[in-house]
Amino acid sequence: MTLLFDGAEWDFQTLDAINRACADIAGGEFGLQTYPNQIEVITSEQMLDAYSSNGLPLMYSHWSFGKRFARDEGLYRRGHQGLAYEIVINSSPCISYIMEENTATLQALVIAHACFGHNHFFRNNYLFKQWTDAEAILGYLAYAKAYVTECEERQGAAAVERILDAAHALRPQGIHRYPKRRWRLAEETERARFRREDAETSYDQLMRTVPGFRTGQEPAEAREKMETELRSRLRLPEENLLYFCEKNSPRLAGWERELIRIVRLLAQYFYPQAQTKVANEGCATFVHYRMMTRLHETGQINNGAFLEFLHSHSSVILQPDLSDERFSGWNPYALGFAIMRDLERVCLEPDDEDRAWYPAFAGNNDPWATLRDVWANYRDEGLIRQFLGPKVIRAFRMVHLADRPTDPDYRINDIHDEDGYRRIASLLADQYEPANLAPLIEVADVDLFGSRTLKLMHDSHRGARLDGDMAKKTLQHMQVLWGYRVCLQERDAESGRVLTEYASA
Amino acid sequence: MVIVDRRSNPQGKSLANRQRFLERVRGDVRKAVADTIARRRIADVDTDEEVRVRVDGIEEPGFATTPEGEHDYVLPGTGGFNRGDRIRKPSGGGGAGNGRKAGRGSGQDAFEFSLTREEFLNYFLDELELPRLARTSLAQDRMSKPQRAGISIYGQPSALDVRRTMRNSYARRIALHRPAKSEVATLEERIELARAAGDEPARLQAEADLVQVRRRLARIPYVDPVDVRYARHVRLPLPATEAVMFCLMDVSGSMTEHMKDLAKRFFMLLHLFLGRRYGRVHVVFIRHTERAAEVDEETFFRSRETGGTMVSSALEMMLQVQASRFPPDRYNLYVAQASDGDNDSADRARVSTLMLGHILPIVRYFAYVETGGERGAFPHHAGRRTTELWDTYEALGANADAEHLAMRHLNDGAAVWGVLADLFAKSGRVPA
Repeated sequence: MTLLFDGAEWDFQTLDAINRACADIAGGEFGLQTYPNQIEVITSEQMLDAYSSNGLPLMYSHWSFGKRFARDEGLYRRGHQGLAYEIVINSSPCISYIMEENTATLQALVIAHACFGHNHFFRNNYLFKQWTDAEAILGYLAYAKAYVTECEERQGAAAVERILDAAHALRPQGIHRYPKRRWRLAEETERARFRREDAETSYDQLMRTVPGFRTGQEPAEAREKMETELRSRLRLPEENLLYFCEKNSPRLAGWERELIRIVRLLAQYFYPQAQTKVANEGCATFVHYRMMTRLHETGQINNGAFLEFLHSHSSVILQPDLSDERFSGWNPYALGFAIMRDLERVCLEPDDEDRAWYPAFAGNNDPWATLRDVWANYRDEGLIRQFLGPKVIRAFRMVHLADRPTDPDYRINDIHDEDGYRRIASLLADQYEPANLAPLIEVADVDLFGSRTLKLMHDSHRGARLDGDMAKKTLQHMQVLWGYRVCLQERDAESGRVLTEYASA
Repeated sequence: MVIVDRRSNPQGKSLANRQRFLERVRGDVRKAVADTIARRRIADVDTDEEVRVRVDGIEEPGFATTPEGEHDYVLPGTGGFNRGDRIRKPSGGGGAGNGRKAGRGSGQDAFEFSLTREEFLNYFLDELELPRLARTSLAQDRMSKPQRAGISIYGQPSALDVRRTMRNSYARRIALHRPAKSEVATLEERIELARAAGDEPARLQAEADLVQVRRRLARIPYVDPVDVRYARHVRLPLPATEAVMFCLMDVSGSMTEHMKDLAKRFFMLLHLFLGRRYGRVHVVFIRHTERAAEVDEETFFRSRETGGTMVSSALEMMLQVQASRFPPDRYNLYVAQASDGDNDSADRARVSTLMLGHILPIVRYFAYVETGGERGAFPHHAGRRTTELWDTYEALGANADAEHLAMRHLNDGAAVWGVLADLFAKSGRVPA
């Protein structure tokens, strides 16, 4: 086969040729299913731009994006931080931004990684299927941007900023964790109009203040019944604080609810990404590794390019150990890639240990089908629990470090040996448990007939406490959305004892 | 597959976000600029060198947990660990383990970013304004701007007023009974029907009508030249406001280098502000010892001189320049003076007379900045010892014209910006 490129230079024909070559391999041998690809070549400034808005190509205006841009630009210009080779968006067509500075080899790496690896994962993983709507996201972003701009024109930038600030603060608590039905972003724009019309023609039962009702003259029984009924409508406890405010806040105008909804839906859009870092990067890294190897084997890239690739690849999957000063937790690329490589090996050349661990697929000689199944049906937590095998645990020399408040030292409780494998895999999986991504705060109760104070509840597990300073500031934002006082009780999860109470001023 | 080249897309997509962000950290930015101005050498105040802003007070709160409590970490080890090994916890609460823990805490949002020179100047100088600026006369070389001035029947095609044209056309078509297209269609249909029915007279009648209608259609155009209207623009002369700023600086021996530096910084900023905000402000630089001289910008800011002090000489020079070049009925007159406050006491009466009799009645604003020593309070704060010139000016206070006179102390490079902003605050109100 002819070389796709020679040297570092590339042009659009080169990109096209690389893409074609990759598509042949991905669709044939690898059996990947992808959205159509759209590659966009951008400059470093545009890459910084994309950083500041979570990689989304359009975003409404908010100062926090400006802040992120200013910070990233500062870090980049002083050389403290490099830029990513690419950013890929979960949309259909799947948009990949690639930097103009990349060499031809890097472009090939990036195309294999993003346009085929991530793309396949986005399209097939159950979480993305459940929570994101790749066809509609670009349209929804355009709608959100236009809507925010319109609100700024009508209501003033300060009023919009007030709501957005508050909603941003509660973003991690603005997610539905348990799906009720397949989520359709495409219907959003239509529903937004419907909601507005509906809100204009109906009135809020919940917070009505019709005289006679609250005079205290009605029989206590009837009143109690009323209260029970109203409370049941709130469906408490509710862990999605943004959703709760959007639906039930007595003081918000329609446009304010819609702004909350926009922030909430975008947070929801990113929710699968946070849960699948290891699986997603593992998939993409494995795909690019195999793809580049195959391109080299078939003579489509030369030795020099392959060495350059190996150099980049090995820095991407570098995992410093805990004694290393570069250590800052797990590198999802390294962990994911190691697991995928291990699974491939188990399928092709299993030993007795593998057969014992993975009786279902050891030696099935079909690594791609096995991996495709893993990519489609697992998030990080499940992937690690099920597929972190002894070889990978040994390769990383994983240890279990126990941190107990009563102990002045960390203790090594488990190491990478026969006794430890299961526990280590299970504990590492716990580390990726989505519940640990953000503190879980629930709406516990509302004082319906009195001060309308909103009562939130946080269960403290194993002594993990909320940062009080941040909690107070966040409650202040919550009060903006709720309209009345908001208080937060922190409880010990086991004993139910109240540890702290915070309240908005 | 699609490959798109986005590199030529308009830059600065995040500009709106950046402006919102800058607005948000206004306080920090102000401080950074004040520091920068204080730190830079005079010659560099207005250079391209970037201004770095350190931002502390801008956080995005959210519920978060502290590192307290029980935790289990699975980490990549070194291979040298055994069950039961102990690792000392680092003091200060940070975990050896989870990277999440590092970087938490109060300082988490502190970072540095750079302002462009353009932002620096725009952002700060736009808040200043010359007080009491009045339109006194039209400048010699006038500016003008196009303004809409009704409609016209002549004009360039690009100025065509389509709505009005079509409205005229519609009115004319109604008035002249221009047949509609549907009438033609109806007649043609009638002819067909008559032909089919074999009703010869009806067909002939309809055909005659059709000829009539067609003729009307051809005679009465859809859009006639008489309908056409154009938007008319006239160039409106813009009355330019003429103003002159006299910059008076004491460079006598009693002024230490530090004081001169402060004074120069003050004028440098003032000059920057005037140059950017007012294209048509003349600036006259006068420096004095016991004698005064009008100098150019370069000499004013860069060169050195020493000698005694006679403030009246500068005031006289200023009046002289004003009388020869800037009649008060045509110019808004402003004076900014910087001095350490030393003056020959014999000069006091002369200064008072000049100020009351000649200067204050004609100027719109007289800003006096007294530069103090390197450290410590001002002499007059400690022990009520005021300077000669401060006393002189303060004594003018009872006079009616003295409300045009504003006085400020300046003893620290970092305060230069504040004093300038204070003196030229954009509020319409003159700080007294």
